[in-house]
Amino acid sequence: MQRSPKARAASLISLPLAWLLIIYIGSLFALFITSIWKIDTFTSKVIREFTLQNFIDVFSDRAYFNVTIRTLVVAISVTLICVLIAIPMAFFMARIAKPKSRPVLIALVLTPLWASYLVKIYAWRTMFYPETGFLNWLISPLGGSSPGFGMIAVIIGLSYLWLPYMVLPIYAGMEKLPNSVLDASADLGAKPGRTFFGVVLPITWPAIIAGSIFTFSLSMGDYITVQILGGTFQMLGNVVYQNFSLNLPFAAAVALIPVIIMIIYLGSVRKTGALDNL
Amino acid sequence: MALIEIRNLAKAFGTVKAVDGVDLDINSGEFITLLGPSGSGKTTVLRMIAGFEDPDSGTIKLSGQDITHLPPYDRDVNTVFQDYALFPHMDVLANIEYGMRVKKVPKEERREKALKALEQVRLSGYENRKPSQLSGGQRQRVALARALVNRPSVLLLDEPLGALDLKLRQQMQIELKELQREVGITFIFVTHDQEEALTMSDRIAVFDKGRIQQLDKPAAIYEKPRNEFVAGFVGVSNLISGAAAEKLLGKKGTFTVRPEKIRIEGKGAAGVIREVEYLGPATRFLVELDAGVRLVVLQQNSEQSAVDVESLRGRKIALSWDKESEYQVS
Repeated sequence: MQRSPKARAASLISLPLAWLLIIYIGSLFALFITSIWKIDTFTSKVIREFTLQNFIDVFSDRAYFNVTIRTLVVAISVTLICVLIAIPMAFFMARIAKPKSRPVLIALVLTPLWASYLVKIYAWRTMFYPETGFLNWLISPLGGSSPGFGMIAVIIGLSYLWLPYMVLPIYAGMEKLPNSVLDASADLGAKPGRTFFGVVLPITWPAIIAGSIFTFSLSMGDYITVQILGGTFQMLGNVVYQNFSLNLPFAAAVALIPVIIMIIYLGSVRKTGALDNL
Repeated sequence: MALIEIRNLAKAFGTVKAVDGVDLDINSGEFITLLGPSGSGKTTVLRMIAGFEDPDSGTIKLSGQDITHLPPYDRDVNTVFQDYALFPHMDVLANIEYGMRVKKVPKEERREKALKALEQVRLSGYENRKPSQLSGGQRQRVALARALVNRPSVLLLDEPLGALDLKLRQQMQIELKELQREVGITFIFVTHDQEEALTMSDRIAVFDKGRIQQLDKPAAIYEKPRNEFVAGFVGVSNLISGAAAEKLLGKKGTFTVRPEKIRIEGKGAAGVIREVEYLGPATRFLVELDAGVRLVVLQQNSEQSAVDVESLRGRKIALSWDKESEYQVS
């Protein structure tokens, strides 16, 4: 069987490529098409006629704008919290812990991913219960009380869920850092803090951005955690969820908002080289 | 008083004694080379002077001040690393200015000194390149400028030429030496390349098994090696010992004769040429003497036509040398 390397490469990637085109790009396209169709408001049946009414509805109604802003606030908060926790964790794992214990530490970071998403979120639900929850029991002696269900609970829950996705890329970035570069910084007179902020952070910045792509996009699209921990708090995902059986084209239009935000986000971080770090 | 005084320095990694009792005085303005095979402890000594390794025992003094346990950032020394260790996210100028920026040197002065240092290493015009856009030799020079611009009392060089190709290495050897004379800073240079050590150094400390085997001027190290290790590591050893020594030299002990001091003549110690290596300006012969030793002989290709030296393989010849070329190593 004499075939050119190009043909072999093509046959190798054809299956994943077909998957990507049909399942992924195809469904995005279907989403877009659906968002420009009409609906019979009485029967909830989709009418395949062009309209921009769905987008006009989304963008003219203040309520949806507010949901978008709330979703962004949550996604940004979750990302920042994950960055703040993950950087020292990753630094410890990659540079301070003995090389022998690193695989164990990575396994420990990954263990939460082995448990079901729902189990973890329901666990947080019992902790956040007002009056009877664990957090209330913990904080009440200090004169505080559990924040209860709402935005704060959602942010904490999502930060917990997505933290491993932030730790791993930063860990990989910090582990690649040669010791000699850190030595060189100290050699040139920089104290450890200066070395960390002047050398370690800038060099691992693309890895941090890579992690943020995960935490940001996963938070943007989530609606189950929001249902369980959010109380009356809603995000874009919930709006989509509530509308998709009643008004599919409108749900599609709302669902395009996080897609557009992610495209803008990816475009703006492209220059940092983060996409090479994924 | 010596600029650097090292006393009884020791460091072990686990059960391995990397450095095992080193005493070394280094004078101001000197170019001293720590020479030895890998694992001989030379780099560990350098790293302890820089402050990257903490000695188990012993002291290091710099200008009379005990710096044994000071962190690297409190020492008036700078290092040129084997892998250059340039900061990949900064351009050349920012790399060179880093030390001065940390020490809060005013911007104007910083810029001026950095540009001058860049000129010194002949890289003017490259200030806005990123390290990834430079060749190995250029990175080397940036690393040198970054260290020298701080005018440390000692510059530590950890096999800085190891990654360069031969031509560039030889050129950098000359440049480094010139630069050292120009700036007058003490250089401590680590290498495993004996030729490099011989051409560049004022003094050489030959390391093996965590100890200094010999500390002397290059010529003395080469001509008068103190023991078998030094004789073998610096140049070709040509050791004659035991029965062969008694037979050939009429003396007991271990002796060395450098290859270039041996003549191939009709008279003297009889033997057979086993190997011939044509080197261009010279030819190297491996001669097996009837007395039971193998000696390497180096001959300039100045006299007869050297084109047919290959044909000498297998020929019976005799070797001779002057009595004063025999040197007892132990």
